[in-house]
Amino acid sequence: MIEGAIWRKWVFFYVPMALFLLFLLFPFYWMVITSVGELYRPWNSINYNPFWTWKPTWDHVRYLFEETLFASWLWNTTFIALASTAISLVCGVFAGYALSRLNFPFAGSLGTGIFITYLVPQTLLFIPLAEIIRNYRLGDTPWSLILTYPTFLIPFCTWLMMGYFKAVPRELEECARIDGASRWQAMLYIVIPVAIPGILSAGIFAFTLSWNEFIYALVFLSSPAQKTVSVGVTSELIRGDVFFWGPLMAGALLGSIPVAIAYSFFVEHYVAGLTGSVKG
Amino acid sequence: MGQVVLKGINKFYESVHAVKDVNLQIRDKEFVVFVGPSGCGKTTTLRMIAGLEAISSGDISIDGNVINALAPMDRDIAMVFQNYALYPHMSVYDNMAFGLKMRKFERREIEKRVREAADILGIGELLKRKPRQLSGGQRQRVALGRAIVRHPRVFLFDEPLSNLDAKLRVQMRVELKKLHLRLGTTAIYVTHDQVEAMTLGDRVVVMKDGVVQQVGEPLELYNQPANKFVAGFIGSPAMNFATVTVTEADGSLIAENSGLRIKLPDEIAQRLRGHVGREVILGVRPEDLTVASSADLDHPCFDAVIEVVEQLGSEILLDMKVGESNMVASVEPTARVRVADKLRVAMRRSRLHVFDAQTEAAI
Repeated sequence: MIEGAIWRKWVFFYVPMALFLLFLLFPFYWMVITSVGELYRPWNSINYNPFWTWKPTWDHVRYLFEETLFASWLWNTTFIALASTAISLVCGVFAGYALSRLNFPFAGSLGTGIFITYLVPQTLLFIPLAEIIRNYRLGDTPWSLILTYPTFLIPFCTWLMMGYFKAVPRELEECARIDGASRWQAMLYIVIPVAIPGILSAGIFAFTLSWNEFIYALVFLSSPAQKTVSVGVTSELIRGDVFFWGPLMAGALLGSIPVAIAYSFFVEHYVAGLTGSVKG
Repeated sequence: MGQVVLKGINKFYESVHAVKDVNLQIRDKEFVVFVGPSGCGKTTTLRMIAGLEAISSGDISIDGNVINALAPMDRDIAMVFQNYALYPHMSVYDNMAFGLKMRKFERREIEKRVREAADILGIGELLKRKPRQLSGGQRQRVALGRAIVRHPRVFLFDEPLSNLDAKLRVQMRVELKKLHLRLGTTAIYVTHDQVEAMTLGDRVVVMKDGVVQQVGEPLELYNQPANKFVAGFIGSPAMNFATVTVTEADGSLIAENSGLRIKLPDEIAQRLRGHVGREVILGVRPEDLTVASSADLDHPCFDAVIEVVEQLGSEILLDMKVGESNMVASVEPTARVRVADKLRVAMRRSRLHVFDAQTEAAI
C-alpha cells in the first residue's frame, strides 16, 4: 500500500470489504431477528420495523423443540454427517495416497475418472440411487444417507487428498523406508501425520457437505422422526401455504451453528490444508 | 565392513537409457564421490544402491551379497537427502530415533546412540526442537545424525550440501570429511559440484549421459583426465580448449589454428606422430598459462589480447582473445595488466593436454 494514500485504503479495501461482509452476513442477521421477533407482526402496526425487534422472545425456539422433532433432526443430522464423513475420509485418504504415490497402470486416468463421478449432478443420481435404496430396504433409515453420501464425498476427499499427498515430499517416505519402515509403516507414521492438515480440511468439507445435503435426505427419508435438519425444517414448518417464519428461521439458525463451529475450530489447520504448506 | 560392488548396472526409464553399464568396486571405508552435470545418472545410480529404484540389469552387492531384490530397509544403508527429509512432525530426538525404533532397539540403546551422535555433531541442545525451528545447517546435522545412529555399513549422500549457503557449505564439507575419518564408514556421495568431489572423495567417479567417464583419485582426474569432458569438468576455472591442426616442419610438430602457432614439446609430439595433418584438441588449464618472460623461451608461447580482467585477490583471471577463440589465464596477483593489453602468453609445456578431435579421448 502506498504510504500517505489513506483514502486509497478506504476506497480499495475497507469499503468493498464492508459491502462484501454486509452481503454475506445479512441473511444471518435476518434469521436472528426473525427467530427472536414477535410471533405475529402486522406490517401496518405502529413503529413497524422488520429489521429490529423491541420484544425479543424465545417462543420460536421453544416451539421448535417442544412442538416439532427438531432435537431428533439435529441428532440424525449429526450422526449421519459424522458417519458418512468418517467413511469418506478413510476411503479418501487411502485412495488419494494410492493414486498419488503408487505407480500402478492407469493411475492417472483412474484419478480423473473419480473426479468425473463427483461432477455427476445429484439431481440425476438420486433416481437410480432411490431404486437401490428400495431394493436393500434401507429407505427411511439413517443408513440410506450414510451409504449414499459417500458417493459424492469419497471422490471429493480422494481428489483433495491426492493433491495434498503430492505436496508431501517423496523423500520423507523414502527416508522412512531406508530407516526401516515398511511402506505401510511409512504411510502410517510419516505421511499421514504430515498430511493431517489436509485430512482435517477434507473432513470439514465432507462434514459440511453432508450436513447441508438436501435432495437425498428429502427423497430417502419420509417419517418425521427420521428427518435431517435441512429437510425437517422445510417440510414440517411449511404447512400448506403457511410459513412458520419464526421457528423456520430459528431452525435454520440452530442448524448452521455446528457448521460454523466446525469451521472456526479447525480454521487454522483448514487454511494450512488449503495452501498445502508442508515445511521441512 | 562395507564393500560395494556395482556390476554392469543399467537403468531404463521406458525408452530412456539413464544409466549405462556402470562397473565399480568401492572398497570398505572408502569415500567415493559421483560427480557430473544434472541428468548424468549419478543420482539414479545412488538410488539404485539405496533400493529406491529398481535395477534394469546388473548386480549390486554389499560385502559379497547381491542386494538387487532387497527392500531399502534390509540393505543396512543410511541415506542423507538433498532436502534433508526430516520428519516435520517429530522432534530432533524422534527424527534420529525413528530408524532405531523401527528396528526394535531397546529404549536405552536408542537413547545412548542418539546422545552419542548428537554429541559428535554438536546438536545436543536441539534434541527437543522440531525441524522447522532449526536453521539450514542444523537441519543438515540432524539429517546426518539420523544416518549415523544406525551404524550402517554404507552411507549414501544425495547432494547433501546443495541447499546450504556458500559459506556454510564449505564448513560442512570439512565436517563431513572429519566425520568420515572418525567413523570410517564407507560413503557414496553424489554431487554436481566438482570442488566437493575433489575435496571429499578418496576416489571420484565422473559421469555424463549415464556413462562413467573416468574413475580415479582427485589429482589423477586433474592431471590425467581421460577425455575432454573430464578435463573441462574438473578444475575451476575450466580448462581452455583450442582445436588445432597438427603439421610437421623441420622434424618437429607444429599445432596451429587461426590465432595460435606453437611448436609442440617433444613428449607430446611423440604421441601425435600419427595425427599429422589431422585436427586435435589442445587443452591447457588457466593456471598453467603465464605472462611470458625471458625465462619462458622453451615453453610454447602465443599472442593474446586481454578483454576482461577479473581481480580475485589471490589471483587475477584474464579473459583473452586468441585469434578467434577465447582463453582464460590465471596469473599472479602482482601482474600488471590492463584491458586491451597485448600479451605474450606462455603455456607450461609439461602441462599440455591433447584430445582426439572426434572421440575426445585423451591422446
